[in-house]
Amino acid sequence: MKLVYERSKAGRRAATLPRPDLPVPDVPTDLARGRAARLPEISEPELVRHFSALASRTFGIDTGFYPLGSCTMKHNPRVNERVVNLPGFRDLHPLQEEDGAQGALELMWRLQEILAEVAGLPAVSLQPAAGSQGEVTGLMLMRAYFADRGEERRKVIVADTAHGTNPASVTMAGYELQKVATDARGNIDVANLRDLVDGETAGLMLTNPSTLGLFDENIQEVAKIFHDAGALLYYDGANLNAVCGVSRPGDMGFDIVHFNLHKTFSQPHGGGGPGGGPIAVRERLEPFLPVPAVVQDGDRYRLDYDRPKTIGKVRGFCGPFGVFVRSYAYIRAYGPELREMSEAAVLNANYLLARLRDAYDLPFDRLCMHEFVLSARRLKREHGITALDVAKRLMDYGFHPPTIYFPLIVAEALMIEPTETETKETLDAFADAMLEIARDAADRPDVLREAPHQRPVRRVDEVKAAKRAVVRYGFEDHPDLSAEPSSARQLEAQKGA
Amino acid sequence: MSQLSLTDRDREEMLAAIGVGSVDELFRDVPEGVRFHGRLDLEPALSEPELVAHLEELAARNVHTGDELSFLGAGVYDHYVPAVVDYVLSRGELLTAYTPYQPEMSQGVLQAIFEYQTAICELTGMDVSNASGYDGTTVAADACYMAKHITGRGKVVLAESVNPQVRQVVKTYAPGFGLDVVEVPHRGGVTDPNALADAAREAACVIFQQPNFFGCLEPAPDLAAAANDIGALAVAHVDPLSLGVLEAPGEYGCALAIGEGQPAGNYQSYGGPHYGFIASRAEHVRRMPGRIVGETTDEDGERAYVLTLQTREQHIRREKATSNITTNQTLLALGGLAYLSWLGPQGLREVGETCMALAAYAKERLGLPLLFPEQATFKEFAVRVGRPAEDVIATAREHGVHPGYALKRDYSGVEDALLVCVTEKRSTADIDRLAEVLSA
Amino acid sequence: MAATETYPDDLLYNEEHDWARVEGDEAVLGITWFAQDALGELVHFEPPQEGADVQKGSSYGEVESVKAVSELIAPLSGTVVAVNQRIVDEPETVNSDPYGDGWLIRIRLSDAGEAEQLLDGEAYKRFVAEQ
Repeated sequence: MKLVYERSKAGRRAATLPRPDLPVPDVPTDLARGRAARLPEISEPELVRHFSALASRTFGIDTGFYPLGSCTMKHNPRVNERVVNLPGFRDLHPLQEEDGAQGALELMWRLQEILAEVAGLPAVSLQPAAGSQGEVTGLMLMRAYFADRGEERRKVIVADTAHGTNPASVTMAGYELQKVATDARGNIDVANLRDLVDGETAGLMLTNPSTLGLFDENIQEVAKIFHDAGALLYYDGANLNAVCGVSRPGDMGFDIVHFNLHKTFSQPHGGGGPGGGPIAVRERLEPFLPVPAVVQDGDRYRLDYDRPKTIGKVRGFCGPFGVFVRSYAYIRAYGPELREMSEAAVLNANYLLARLRDAYDLPFDRLCMHEFVLSARRLKREHGITALDVAKRLMDYGFHPPTIYFPLIVAEALMIEPTETETKETLDAFADAMLEIARDAADRPDVLREAPHQRPVRRVDEVKAAKRAVVRYGFEDHPDLSAEPSSARQLEAQKGA
Repeated sequence: MSQLSLTDRDREEMLAAIGVGSVDELFRDVPEGVRFHGRLDLEPALSEPELVAHLEELAARNVHTGDELSFLGAGVYDHYVPAVVDYVLSRGELLTAYTPYQPEMSQGVLQAIFEYQTAICELTGMDVSNASGYDGTTVAADACYMAKHITGRGKVVLAESVNPQVRQVVKTYAPGFGLDVVEVPHRGGVTDPNALADAAREAACVIFQQPNFFGCLEPAPDLAAAANDIGALAVAHVDPLSLGVLEAPGEYGCALAIGEGQPAGNYQSYGGPHYGFIASRAEHVRRMPGRIVGETTDEDGERAYVLTLQTREQHIRREKATSNITTNQTLLALGGLAYLSWLGPQGLREVGETCMALAAYAKERLGLPLLFPEQATFKEFAVRVGRPAEDVIATAREHGVHPGYALKRDYSGVEDALLVCVTEKRSTADIDRLAEVLSA
Repeated sequence: MAATETYPDDLLYNEEHDWARVEGDEAVLGITWFAQDALGELVHFEPPQEGADVQKGSSYGEVESVKAVSELIAPLSGTVVAVNQRIVDEPETVNSDPYGDGWLIRIRLSDAGEAEQLLDGEAYKRFVAEQ
């Protein structure tokens, strides 16, 4: 389909704007715009049709089953969209005086209290914009905590099953990375851990359940190893959907936790974001939390900047407030029965696992939590069919594929997370498709290798995209990619002429 | 919550298929010592009508910019958000898609991000934009991390006239990056290029804001030149809505352009979620943080879009990644794309001109001494109100007018300074009302 | 056009799947068939500067495919005297001809004795078979 820029025609426009009858001051010549930005010139009906077409070429959880492992693609209740658009939330300026923002402050305070209860930890900052930012914030808290004690610790340990964000956050926070291995049951290798932890260790970053969908059976021992060494434990909340009200990170021994509000608490993911990455911490880390803190003062709520030991700010204002509204509404709809959400998620995952375990390899044969990891290595060995082929073929059945090739320690990994959203009928339809694909791998592998057959495009050439990166429309100079790639490896993005 | 997807009978059948007797048994790997046996101490569940009533009650205790005549800016702005933006953001497919890892499922959102990247490049005069950063503060930290790796240098320079929150976020991240932060005081409301040049020796980058936090127009080309002369990357933090009337950073020598996207297509939303943007010259593409969409073809040679240059990112390069960012602000960025498409080049210019014209009218009409009388401004300007600014704000609000931001919250020696913002949503009558209230 | 699997006898190898062809007091470096096969089609080569020192056992650059990055671990120490510009422009040449046109850099050796610590073709073949 056409790009919005290709629908553009000089002289068209959608916007109507106020034009007061006032003189426009001159901009100093050397600061004034030269060439205008080539934004689209398009009528509103065409603009609406353009975005409708883009939407129809996009698959969301609203469209169908989206078992993308570790991403917790659950239904986003419509009522949350209604309440987030109340003018009192939507049109509230972040620098409004506190007496004019009591509703917003109370909502944030209440959300903090809820998250503290779910984490089993007393102090919360809502500020981080996403899980990754929660991670780096947590690591900065570690640094501040040790600095305050006059200690310099330089190492942070991360599991080899970790999301890539964990090691990337370690580096960004100025720490040195150490990796701990996974044992044969899918738990952290405790013996390996004992070798790694010493007085230089600031902490551990861990997802529990892990990215294998397995609860670490030795978590108490792991926590003890770190606490005995004076180090801290960081809980990556990416998989919290498994254990809300079942096991609290604070009770597991974690000192810092981040939540992914866009996973566990249903902020719609918007094709990549927004998210929310609040963190909860133990008392001894509270003085270092970002400012401002949202505090209750009698029957009033206010922002507290008076935190002398704070690490500072990691994001503007108080964080992604609209995300807080949605997640707060989501949790209030469950109330104390939040555990039912996790129970259903875990039941759905185990049911799917039970239906698929014979047709695919299961590298760690245990009951799973909210997700599980299969391997397509047998299909690859016997029929040359890869996890990628399985994923692409699932599209033809109207399902979004699972996460593939992650975690890295499982060859040909298929990481499946159904969430509590799905009905048994949906799970059965998906399982039937997966089983048929496994049979087709033997009987008619070409159908799999050439999949998808029923999407707006066929398999996309990622090599070409990386070799000659065209990352913006080039207008009259826009390259025709269907031609043979040029030999010069250069960015084709055309600078405005 | 009663709207769960499984019936009792479903549960029985599923447990039987799994081979366990109860849901509790599914959690047998959770050690007894870490199980939570209580009931979460949360308030009772609310039905949908009760939930709406509760949130309406909370929302009603906020004073929003429809309740109060607002001249509050200072980083988040009450610009008009057109209905077409609401439409785009409410399309369920775009609203509820994940990051487009599987391009065949996500051509629409991929193309939209490509179009957004193009719009940002066009606004800023740059070659490459990512799919968005968290907000206008964190992209400044991103720029510093890029600059550190590009130049190998160990400090960054911030103009003091950059939004205080942006500077605070940079200072929070800098120790982890191994960077020192140096701030350059403003002189009469803008940054002196010579002072900047002195500070920027051995700096990885220099960040200035155009228009700056006081609303003043910086001598941006001179600041960029000062940075370039000593091998520091020039980074302009720009208001996207100014770029119909103000020059693109790429045209005056900047290596990076960053900013807060909120003025272009996002509601104020008490500070977020919004989108930060970051765009660079082509040579820095491999140090860019976050998602980037590229154009390619499918097996039939049809045009298609895909996440590209992913070896920069955390899921592949892990501890050596250009950033840890994963979730970004795509939905808000698409709001920005819809808004900028609605405006078009002419509309962008008109919005900027209208803001400037109204701000000039307001300066005149208020008749208050300007804090920085020498400087040209865009949509914000600082006045001296002759009394503590917070008192003036309190009095004006009693009359239903929010007159602006007290600069003393961030700067010393400006007890009576009020930063007034005028967007295209304010009329001359609104400004007359502000003048009336301030002179009372 | 992928090359077929070979490990020539006139080359020396390290266990990080890099090869060296010693030519007098210089050596040509590249990556093995096994390495390029594991990575898939290369899309980027991040070379060192000419004149830079490379240290045996340390990274001197990177090659990338769409989904993977691999550091280039120098099998021998020396100073970079040439970078294969063709690989900068057409990195896929490494896939089609890993030991010929797909060479990466040429170095002037700083310690010719290091060559004795590397694997010969037969030893490397055995090493690869265990992977």
